Parts: sequence; structure tokens; C-alpha cells
Amino acid sequence: MAEPSRRLIAAPVLASLLLFGAWGPSLAQEPPRPAEPVPATAPEPEARKGVFFPESFMLDNGMQVVVVTNRRVPVITHMVWYKVGAADEETGKSGIAHFLEHLMFKATDELKPGEFSRIVARNGGRDNAFTSWDYTAYFQNVAADRLELVMKMEADRMADLRLTDETVLPERDVVLEERRQRTENEPGDKLSELVQASLFVHHPYGTPIIGWANEIAGLTRDDANQFYHTWYAPNNAVLVVAGDVTVEQVRPLAEKYFGPIAPRPVPARVRVEEPPFAAERRVILRDAEVRQPSLRRLYHAPSYNRGETVHAYPLQVLSEIVGGGATSRLYRSLVVEQRLATSAGTGYSPDAFDTSVFGAYVSPNSGVDMDKLEAALVEQLEKVAREGVTAEEVETAKTRLEREAIFARDSLRGPAMSFGVALATGRTVEDVEAWPERIASVTVEQVNEAARAVLGQANPVTGLLLPAPVRQAAAQPNAQPATQPSGQTPATGAGAAPSRSNDSGVIR
Amino acid sequence: MTRRLSMPAFLSVFLLALACFASDARAIDIKRVVSPGGIEAWLVQDTKIPLLAIKFAFEGGVETDPAGKEGLANLASTLLDEGAGPYDSQEFQRRLADNSISISFTATVDGFYGGVETLVETQEEAFELARLALTEPRFDKEAVERMRSGVLAQIRREQGDPDFLARRALYETAFPDHPYGRRARGTAESVQSIKRDDLRAFVRQRFAKDNLTVAVTGDITPEQLGPVLDRIFGGLPEKAAVEPPADTVPKGAGETVLVPRPLPQTVVLMSQPGVKRNDPDWFPATIINYVLGGGSFSSRLMEEIREKRGLTYGVYSYLVPFQHAALVMAGGSTANQNAGTMVDLMKAEWRRMQEQGVTQEELDNAKTYLTGSFPLQFTSSEAIADVLLQVQRDDLGIDYLDRRSDLINAVTLEDVRRVAGRLLDPAALLTVVVGRPEGVEPTRTRDDVPS
Repeated sequence: MAEPSRRLIAAPVLASLLLFGAWGPSLAQEPPRPAEPVPATAPEPEARKGVFFPESFMLDNGMQVVVVTNRRVPVITHMVWYKVGAADEETGKSGIAHFLEHLMFKATDELKPGEFSRIVARNGGRDNAFTSWDYTAYFQNVAADRLELVMKMEADRMADLRLTDETVLPERDVVLEERRQRTENEPGDKLSELVQASLFVHHPYGTPIIGWANEIAGLTRDDANQFYHTWYAPNNAVLVVAGDVTVEQVRPLAEKYFGPIAPRPVPARVRVEEPPFAAERRVILRDAEVRQPSLRRLYHAPSYNRGETVHAYPLQVLSEIVGGGATSRLYRSLVVEQRLATSAGTGYSPDAFDTSVFGAYVSPNSGVDMDKLEAALVEQLEKVAREGVTAEEVETAKTRLEREAIFARDSLRGPAMSFGVALATGRTVEDVEAWPERIASVTVEQVNEAARAVLGQANPVTGLLLPAPVRQAAAQPNAQPATQPSGQTPATGAGAAPSRSNDSGVIR
Repeated sequence: MTRRLSMPAFLSVFLLALACFASDARAIDIKRVVSPGGIEAWLVQDTKIPLLAIKFAFEGGVETDPAGKEGLANLASTLLDEGAGPYDSQEFQRRLADNSISISFTATVDGFYGGVETLVETQEEAFELARLALTEPRFDKEAVERMRSGVLAQIRREQGDPDFLARRALYETAFPDHPYGRRARGTAESVQSIKRDDLRAFVRQRFAKDNLTVAVTGDITPEQLGPVLDRIFGGLPEKAAVEPPADTVPKGAGETVLVPRPLPQTVVLMSQPGVKRNDPDWFPATIINYVLGGGSFSSRLMEEIREKRGLTYGVYSYLVPFQHAALVMAGGSTANQNAGTMVDLMKAEWRRMQEQGVTQEELDNAKTYLTGSFPLQFTSSEAIADVLLQVQRDDLGIDYLDRRSDLINAVTLEDVRRVAGRLLDPAALLTVVVGRPEGVEPTRTRDDVPS
């Protein structure tokens, strides 16, 4: 196969990306890919409707808690999700959400700078964090008997972060280096940023999660403190624990450590709406380091929460049909039959607090004219909008997606990610559990309506990554394979190390 | 230098009670299964989810590609699931997709890896497709040309990736006359020269019972697994015709290779000779690496270069234990004007570790991390099978998971100092810088783009 199987790109992606830096962003049409369900007493999952069979409850201070039991090995993933992200930043302060995420690893009233991670490591654990437009999440993977330790420390930094210029200023340089590494050294990622900014001209989703370089450089300790005190309250947070643990074990600890933190009023997440621009736009990035061009075409799309939300489930089925792997329409037509492309696919993530994006991505075969490739791509997309899909295509795609929910249980971090994202973007535990049923109920007519509504729009943004004919003074390299939806790419957190070219991912 | 960390009282209680994590790995019950046809596999049975992961590997990887046909193993890895037996590419792929079966192949250094992931409800189809892929791949012209185009596009794409350029320049310099210095994907020229007959010969010669290792995790009993092993692998020839390369020692000591690229940030990569997995000093070296740069925020490189000075987003070290050579590597990236500073700091940490080893506290912390974090890998069927496979390939014994913590905990401060002194040598470092670094004196400048 020309592209990694979807299953490889599936869910724990965000977090693996953070820990190992070896993954691209998650392909979002994925259903959640989580862990096993079931306390031993639960009936067989087949006999119940659901995916992960979690337990959840609310602390008195408004902090929501979700527990997913998975007894495979005596380890847990412990995550705290804050319902705030880059799209909640003030104008002119871009990057502050992500910057604060880095600073959360500095001192508290009880811990020295960096001590949080050192204690986790000393206890055989790994920790990191990541920021997106709609949420910021912190996690530790530890032995199950270390739950109390990490919960205590996570509660400590929710309430008692202590920032000084001594720690804040070098960390700002670290974030600028992170931006150079992630974006400025990588033309493919630079194009993603520019396409996103063109798709969302007014809405904050057009601002990169990591921030614009000139604004990052001006962020201060006061900015970080203000953001922290505004948003980091227990009533604006979700605790998710997955692994060898039960709700009976989590509840008393959560009450003991998070319970005493007083709730505070948190601003409503009121964001400007993107005006209905009627014009098609093109972004062309020519770069001296590009040797393999790529093309992407992005459309505004509803999410579970905003826009024509009725299309959110049908669009996942549509994305599977149009761009889900080697049997998809785009791959068959552009790669196999017409030989215009070496890869082709689509991305759609319904998981956004506001509206989302439906994207198509292609990479040209050697010597193929980009105009010809674009015309062929547009023809396929317009054909779907015009003529719709077949009943057989819908049934096949639905079966695949529903089966993914079973694979999703075979993971520790997957379910924690699924619930964290859902609850941080205004959805419920029930929404996650009902995912297979809702996919199963999608009809051909609904898929066709969704295709017309989204692919029939007259204002997509087309992004082209091209080699530079003339060497430029300040160019950056590396065209990434264009397979990322711009939906919810996380800027990673404090801990991501660059990817390692190890011979295998196994620790010996 | 390490400061003694004063610990808040509320944490000391946890740290006093550092459990031995050996028991965690023991939660993994491994059974050795030998099929009626004599094929061996290690199995971890898990009935909680109705699925199955089969991971396998054939000895001999990209380094055994014939000269001039570099990229053969990689190209073959993209084609085994692109048509086999009675099914052409689209039909094979449709059967995979419609049954939610994942079959993957990866050609890497020293090994050709494969994997099958399937739900129990579709496992019969999965076994059949896996069997066909291994024993009757078609290499239809259409599929070969399509995958060849894909590989060529990847080769072009990588030439714009500074991390890739750094790795290429380093491996070419460290292994100038050894297959380890060649590019796994091959070059545009070598990939163009691969014929369908080469691919057919590859499968005939390289997949056999005597160079096969298998690991399985999931909802299957040992009794059920036996016939499945015979079904998938029973049709393979008894013996492989693989010529392993000679053992070698990495070259390039003291060199600094510059690959000038118009970038805002310099990528730094370093290496020197390392330890193989079967070296008796493996665990002392593992601890040294953890303290030096393997331990993320707990490492000296990260503390000195990121935390104290804000010069980088990530700096790290790692061990590369190939079968016929080994490296200790380190790398990171920084703004061009700080490249010299970063290289100097990395070399200084190398020297400090060589001369002083680690402190007792660093040793203790490394041990609790390395033992405690090991079970964090076992979070999916695939991941567990991956570990079982690697333990077999490294010939560590079926009880290795039970012994690993003891092996680590047995390492003494003196062991670490001895191994650091013999292993690490700043003068032996080969340094590669990609970008427009300031403050770095190259001994050699590449005027081409490594490929």
C-alpha cells in the first residue's frame, strides 16, 4: 500500500506523537481507538450497546471524571483536560495556551521547576501534554499503584502554579525553537498553516496553535498567569483515567485531591463566526527544498457541534468512501486508473468545538502536471457531490467504521483520548458510546446530502506545495506527505522529543 | 552537575515505597507453541477483545539487498499485499478493507517484518490473505509500477527533510564500505533498476522457516494456533538464502560533516561506536544513555541545553544496536546562530559522562524508570506481540520479562563508570550538521544533497 493503513494512523496518535514525535497528526475520520471495556462483572460488550463502557461522575466543584477499566496490564493513563485552547486566546496573544502548557511543568508551591516530570520518571512513568485549538491536556502513563501520586501532583499544578521570569523566559525560547522545528524548517507544515489561515480568515481556527512567531516572542509571565487564572479551574476541567483501575478507586482520590479546589466563574467560549466568504482561494508555496510537490483542497464542514451538525456522521462515511485507503474512490481513480498520483486520501474530523474541515490530499506522480492533477481531483469530488454514492459503498464503509470501534478498545490511551476530546468540545460520554450505532444508522441519502452540502460549496481553499525555480534566501524544506486534515492538529507539548530513527519501537 | 532535589514531604511516602515492577511484566503469561509442522511462536492469550495480532520477522533486512538493487526489500514490502494468488491488487485490498483486516510489511535493517491484525470473526480470511501474500505474491506489472512511483515520490520527499539528510550523511560517513551505509529505500536509480524477477527471487530466497520468528497476542488458544501457523507459514521453503553482512566498526571518528541547506534551524546528529544487544554491558549502557539523553526531561542533555538555556525544543541520545555494528547516537536542532554552542555542549556532556559516570541518585532514578516504564509498552495486542518478537529475535529467553528488572537493578555505580569510560569518547564522535550553522568548523562539506 502506498499509504500507511488507517489503523496505523489511528487514535492514540496525538499522544504518541507527543511522546515519540514519530507520528503525524491524527487522521481524524477515525473513530476513537481505545481500550478494553468492562470490569469483570460487566456483561459481554456484544450484549450491550457501547464502545468503552466507562463510568463517570461529577465532583461537587463541577469537575467531571471518567473512568475506563482495562485490566490487561497493571498500568494506567491519567489525563486532565482543560476546556480551553488556542482558539480561546485574546487577539495579539497567539500561542499563550500552548506556552502555558509548557509552563505547567515549571514550579508550583510544592515542586521545583521540572520536578513534576522527574518524579513521574522516577516512578517508572512517562508524562507529557498537548494543546489544540479547543483543549489542552496533560497526561501521565504510570503503574496503577502510582495513581494517587500523579493525581496529587496534577491537582497541585491546577491550583498552585508559581511562575517566575527565570523559568518563563528560557521556555519562550524553547517554544520559538519548537516553532522553527515544526513549521519553519518544514514547507509542508508551513503550507498547512497558510491554508488554515486562508480557510479561517476571521475565526481563530485560522491562527496556528503554536502562535505566530512575532507574538510568541512578546508573551510574558503576566500573560501566562492571566490565562492560567482565567481558565484553569476544576469546573473547566475533565479528569480521565483509563487502565487497571475502577471507579471505586478513582472517586475517593479525586474527591481528596481535586475536590478541595474551589470552582471559579470561567468565561463563556464565545468566538467570532467565520463570515460566509463566497470566493475560492489558492495558496501557493514555492520552496527551494521541495522536491516532491503536493496538493490539497479544503472545504468548510460542520462538526458535531456547529454548522449543519446533521451531516457529522454521514461525512465520516463519505470520507471513508472517497478517501479511506487503497479501495477508496480517489485512490482508485487518481492512483490506480489514471496514474496521476502516488497517494490520495481525505481527512475529516467532526471533533471541533466550532466548525470543522473536510480535506482532500494528493501527491503527484513523477512528471505529472499539477493543473491536470487538480482537475482530476476536482472532477472526482464534484462527481460525488453531483451523483452521490451507492448503497453498497455506504454499507461497506459503515461496516469498516463499526469494526474500528472494536479495535479501538485494544488500547490504553485511545479511550482516554476519545472521552477527553468529546467532553472538552461540548459532547458527552453517551455520544462517544453511541458512535457505532449512529454510524450504523447513516443512510445513502444522508451521505449524498452531506456530499452536496460540503463538496458542493463554491469556496474551497486549494493549497499547492511546489519546488522553487529560483533559490531563495530564506527557504525551508521538507514536504510532508499531504495526509493531514487541518481539523485538530495538536501542537504538542512540553515533552515531545524529535523522532528517533530507531530500528524498532520496542524497548528492550 | 546534579543538584540534590529536595523532595516535598508529601511525595516522599511514594518514593520510599518504590515497588519492584518485575511482577508487572509477569502479568504477561507467555506460552511457547510449536505447530504440527514445527513452526514455533510465542503466544500471549487474551480473550477480552475478539481480535488477534500476529507479528513475524525474517532475519535479514535492507542490508542484504544486492548491490545496485538497493531498495529491493523495501519495494517488496509494499507489494506483498498488492495482489497474490487468485486476487489482483484491487481485489486483495478490497478483501482486506471489507473484512477490517490489516496486513503490513516493513523492511528495516537486519529484518523483514510482517504483521496481521484481525477480528476473530474475519480471521479465516486474514490467515488466507497472509498466506497468499507470503507465498504467492503476484507482482503484477501495474502494481509494481504504481508502488515504484510511490517509493520514488518518497525518495524525492525525503530529500527536502533535514532530519533525513542528517541521517543519510551520518550513516554514509559511518559505514562508507558497508551495507549499513546504504539507504533503506534505495536511490532513484537503484529503485528504477529493480525488475519483477528480482522481486520474485527476493521472496523465494528470503522467506523461509529457518529465518522466521513469530509472536501472537489475542483471542486464540495454543491448540488453535498450531494449525494456523502451519497454514500461514507451512508453505515456505525450509532454508533461506540470505548472506548476512560482515561485522563492522563505524568510521568517521572526529569528523564534522556539513550539509549546507537554506534553513532557519540547524539539525545536529552525532554518533560513535556503541554496544550490541548481546553485549554483557548492555544494561549499564542503557542506564548511561538514559541519564545522558535518553530520559527526556530527566536527561542531562535536556537539562543543560533546553531547560537551562532554552536553546532547543528537543535534544536526545539513543542506542542503535544493529546485529553487525552498533552506535550511540545523539541529536537535536537549534537556531543556526546557536549551532556551535549546542554541539559544544553535547560534547561537554559526553566528556563529563565519560570521566565521571553517574551519581548514585541518577543511577537509582534510571533504574526505577527503566524497570517501571517497561510495562507501559503492553497496551495493545500489537504492542505486546512486538515485544515478544523482539525478545525472541534478541535471543533473550522466554523468561526475559521476569528477569529484566533484576538485570537492571544489578548494575552498580562501578559498572556504569567502567562502561562509560570504555564506551564514550568525545574524540570518537562523528558530527553532522544540516542547515546554515554558525560556530561549527566542518572537516568536510557536502556539496550534493545526500540521497
